[in-house]
Amino acid sequence: MLNPEIQGKRYPRTRPYIIGLEKLREFSGATFGNTSDGFVVPPTFPIAIQEHSLSLVIADPEAGLDFSRVVHGEQRFIYERQLVPGDELTSELEVASVKSLGGNHMVTFNTEIFDKQDKLVCTAISTLVVRGEDA
Amino acid sequence: MPEFSSLEVGQVVAEREFPITRDSLVRYAGASGDFNPIHYRDDIAKQVGLPGVLAHGMLTMGLSIQPVISWLSGSGEIVDYSVRFTKPVVVPASGEALVSVVATVAALNEENSKARIDLTTTFEGNTVLGKAQAWVQF
Repeated sequence: MLNPEIQGKRYPRTRPYIIGLEKLREFSGATFGNTSDGFVVPPTFPIAIQEHSLSLVIADPEAGLDFSRVVHGEQRFIYERQLVPGDELTSELEVASVKSLGGNHMVTFNTEIFDKQDKLVCTAISTLVVRGEDA
Repeated sequence: MPEFSSLEVGQVVAEREFPITRDSLVRYAGASGDFNPIHYRDDIAKQVGLPGVLAHGMLTMGLSIQPVISWLSGSGEIVDYSVRFTKPVVVPASGEALVSVVATVAALNEENSKARIDLTTTFEGNTVLGKAQAWVQF
């Protein structure tokens, strides 16, 4: 069961993730985008980096987040600059809010993604709906 | 190439249809690292009470912006992109789920040359994304 006490909790910075050109091309193709030279970095690619931070929450016994009960509610990406191949990125997740709604919980995570110079590149905001035990 | 000065609120700037198959889901799982089995196994989808194997919400979000990227052809950058996942896209074991996207100019910020493009993403007559909005910096 999701622990509402984790609201405000910050998880440690993740290990560096180096963006590979071919990974971006693969992701672009998988989202029906262009894969020829000069293709645009897919705007939803930071989900792959957010994933590293989210796995810390899933592994945290205090959080009690049962991923098999999770439905993705909302997602947002706010960019300070565009990602480029070769970027070395780390991320840091904060539990922005935990709300109860009927038997369900809604939890919002803000994941800040930084480059090697420690400058904010993108903020990924994810709201998950955690279905209640008997829902 | 579109220019900011030529945009008008209400203008449809891009439309595209996407045939989503099980192959698409496997491919997206590999590219994104999201290997939740509800996106490729019928038995597990059933077990957790879903109507069938579902497309990853993030796949729907990811493809919905593609018509905008094609339309821009490098003349602007997406600086903010958000959606709500309101309805699932059920993908059959064989055949395809056809998802349509229409992109419309919803707001113009003259001061800093930003345009808000709203996306209407539909599957079987229902919109599957709510408040799907992308801000483009020209």
